[in-house]
Amino acid sequence: MSAAPPPSPAMPTYLGMPAFPDAARRAVADERLRANLRHATTTIRGRRAGAVAELDDWDALREAGKQIKDHVLANLGHYLRLLEENVTAAGGTVHWARDAGEANRIVADLVKATGETEVVKVKSMATQEIGLNEALAEEGVTAYETDLAELIVQLGDDRPSHILVPAIHRNRSDIRDIFLARMDGAPRDLTDEPAALAEAARRHLRAKFLSAKVGISGVNFAVADTGTLVVLESEGNGRMCLTLPETLISVMGVEKVVPSWRDLEVFLQLLPRSSTAERMNPYTSTWTGTHPGDGPRDFHLVLLDNGRTATLADEVGRQALRCIRCSACLNVCPVYQRAGGHAYGSPYPGPIGAILSPQIRGIGSDVDASLPYASTLCGACFDACPVAIDIPEVLVHLRARAVEDGPRHPLERASMTAAGWVLRSPALLRAAQRAASASRRVVGRGGRIGRLPGPLRAWTATRDAPVPPPESFRRWWRRTDGGRA
Amino acid sequence: MNAREEILGRIDGIFPARPAAEVAADHERIDRRYRRAHHGGGIVDLFAERVADYRATVLRAAPSEAPGLIAERLAARPGRYGVPAGLPAAWVPAAAAIVRDPSAGELDGLAGAVTGCAAAFAETGTIVLDHGPAQGPRALSLVPDFHLIVVLAGQIAPDVPGGLERLDPRRPLTFVSGPSATSDIELDRVEGVHGPRTLEVVIVA
Amino acid sequence: MRIALFVTCVNDTMFPGTGRAMVTLLRRLGHEVLFPEAQTCCGQMHLNTGYRRQARALAEEFPKVFAGHDAVVTPSASCAATVRDWHPRLAPGAGTPPVFELSEFLVDVLAVTDVGAYYPHRVTYHPTCHSLRMLRIGDRPLRLLRAVRGIDLVDLPDAAECCGFGGTFALKNADVSAAMCADKVACVERTGADALCAADNSCLMHIGGTLARNGARARTVHLAEILASTEEDPS
Repeated sequence: MSAAPPPSPAMPTYLGMPAFPDAARRAVADERLRANLRHATTTIRGRRAGAVAELDDWDALREAGKQIKDHVLANLGHYLRLLEENVTAAGGTVHWARDAGEANRIVADLVKATGETEVVKVKSMATQEIGLNEALAEEGVTAYETDLAELIVQLGDDRPSHILVPAIHRNRSDIRDIFLARMDGAPRDLTDEPAALAEAARRHLRAKFLSAKVGISGVNFAVADTGTLVVLESEGNGRMCLTLPETLISVMGVEKVVPSWRDLEVFLQLLPRSSTAERMNPYTSTWTGTHPGDGPRDFHLVLLDNGRTATLADEVGRQALRCIRCSACLNVCPVYQRAGGHAYGSPYPGPIGAILSPQIRGIGSDVDASLPYASTLCGACFDACPVAIDIPEVLVHLRARAVEDGPRHPLERASMTAAGWVLRSPALLRAAQRAASASRRVVGRGGRIGRLPGPLRAWTATRDAPVPPPESFRRWWRRTDGGRA
Repeated sequence: MNAREEILGRIDGIFPARPAAEVAADHERIDRRYRRAHHGGGIVDLFAERVADYRATVLRAAPSEAPGLIAERLAARPGRYGVPAGLPAAWVPAAAAIVRDPSAGELDGLAGAVTGCAAAFAETGTIVLDHGPAQGPRALSLVPDFHLIVVLAGQIAPDVPGGLERLDPRRPLTFVSGPSATSDIELDRVEGVHGPRTLEVVIVA
Repeated sequence: MRIALFVTCVNDTMFPGTGRAMVTLLRRLGHEVLFPEAQTCCGQMHLNTGYRRQARALAEEFPKVFAGHDAVVTPSASCAATVRDWHPRLAPGAGTPPVFELSEFLVDVLAVTDVGAYYPHRVTYHPTCHSLRMLRIGDRPLRLLRAVRGIDLVDLPDAAECCGFGGTFALKNADVSAAMCADKVACVERTGADALCAADNSCLMHIGGTLARNGARARTVHLAEILASTEEDPS
């Protein structure tokens, strides 16, 4: 038994990340970024709606997906033990990691044991979450991202801004510029045609795939009763990483387990249509332990907690663990569309990130306490979610936690408390309304208010405020006996 | 306490472990009112149409025509083709340069690969390889840039639920829905990245 | 029917004309309208800003104020949704009275779509987020508006997209909020409408504030005010 590892941060907070409103302000001012995001999100929104409308039993699939995930969460210990037993029986090795530091240590040790200093990686949110590439770099191991968008991010020394398409903030000409500047062997006459960019990536990575000895992946689903691991992808880089190396290390959050093979019939319909708006993604690979004569000889599965059991303990917040990382909520979110993914200060941006990051990392920092407020509660995310996560409900729940446990905002607290007293008393409300009506000659010019002081200045920077009326409704009701006088 | 015990301990503290039979009974109670299939008849036509939607080439042949058609497709792209040793002899064109069970080192030099499959889903235009004798190991149909898959009409299930029932999850499986593609540039689909950029499907009925 | 009007704190204080229109309309349809004067607020602002304690106190008060009425009707889809969706969670066992948003009440309870209104203007309708995705009132407001005589009802592009108000979101994330509202206003202006209508004055206050700042042609008008308007007594 090994000693407990030293405490480590659950997830990189992207050092120096400001709270959401400040980061979003910069994004909103970046017209090119807004144009890229608008183009990409509106394209996928329309296509997703079509892919979903094609199945007339979508609501039933969604309900089944939700129930399967809730059933797993309510029996998580059972299914993890079963998964471990079946993976082990099939020739794999299962490791458990309490947090990011422990998971990184396990993976780094496994890689070093092979004697290799390079690994190929297929895009994985779990390894983004734990900052695996940076941890491997510190151990002298270079991790090559092979997913096209991850490659764009890695070559551009950038951060991912979307769950599915980490380089969504880049348009085709940005990508061409990055390839020309940073990709070894990129053709000098590279155009910004998507097919040409994809071809350049193919040539760039081919030798890496063919020589790699260690592959690292995430996991979309892990089937408990067979020990089968499932990875969905599009480009074939996943197949390369899962098949060609001698050693395969897969890192999965503990909530990714599903009970049985049959349950995939639900998720293989929900995920591709919600994610890339396809009937099915180009490639899905499944494997069960090791397969003699085909694929890796050594398979390691790292089961990652990293804040998930803490999230599981929260009755309202735990539904975030149903997430299958499709990114539909990002694509329909009007706030994400304007603010971009970087503003969320986490590998998990958008609505799901706003409820996942503060739960995984805790709500103590400014950025995490600001995330539950990064939403108008418009509800578009809930409608789009294929496993029916009531994101607005969790946001409201986490706002209460932010007020109770997060950084203090004395001015807001004082005004909310005062408003609470006023609104609990009709007499006080009447008095406040009289004061508002009395102020109308002072504040209003031409029937509207152009500038207000204090916190309300944020409103009147771009919007007029209405002038209070000469009398409130309740005063009119009393004066006129409800209009009858 | 080691990590395993600690994590399972945290979980058991939230949701205490229950007997396996109770868990299984709960799993059975999950509401599965979704369809087993979205289309009744015309499954082969639907499959052909859905595969073609991914910009794969779809061809149809009677059993007696299949060998000639396969030979014709390979002749259109000169080069050496890898086939698994268990591929039915009728599907291996005599005239083509064929490498049976090519070694890992040979794969990148091949013009393409020809394989059978284990099952297919019509609704989603998906073909599944279980890498049995007629399909070869996973690398064979991955590394070369061209993949021709022979699908027997009887292997086509109407939809995802029925299709999964035909598969053995203990085998390695590859689900193929069109050629390699990406949505990573402006969230629009572009065919052709790391996997085979050309997918041809011969439906034998 | 004895209908209790839940006017909401925002309408009470800032938009009394909407409350008066509710009274006019419901009386015209032959119903008795009462205004329980102990009413204040549903607690939405506190709830959605994270001040659960204050929200709970208001949710506990609400059923006491509205007990004993056949129906409670409100000109705010957002407040109706707060009462219906959140009060049972905030104050379990307090007993939530039957609260209806205006268009729900007219179409579902009174089973009318033609309320005898007259409004000779070009109007476009913004379906607010909580009306669409919490209350799910669907096209009820549009069915009511289509029956209004003289109206020139035009479609709003990207209608279902949020205007960026979101209560305190408009202050806490003012830049994103303003960017969303700018896009909404551009859509409103493309319709050439004289009036932008919705089932919630809070969203209208937000969009209207930007319309006014831009010197745009369209003004904002609550659904109740259009439905209350007649040839004899135009609003």
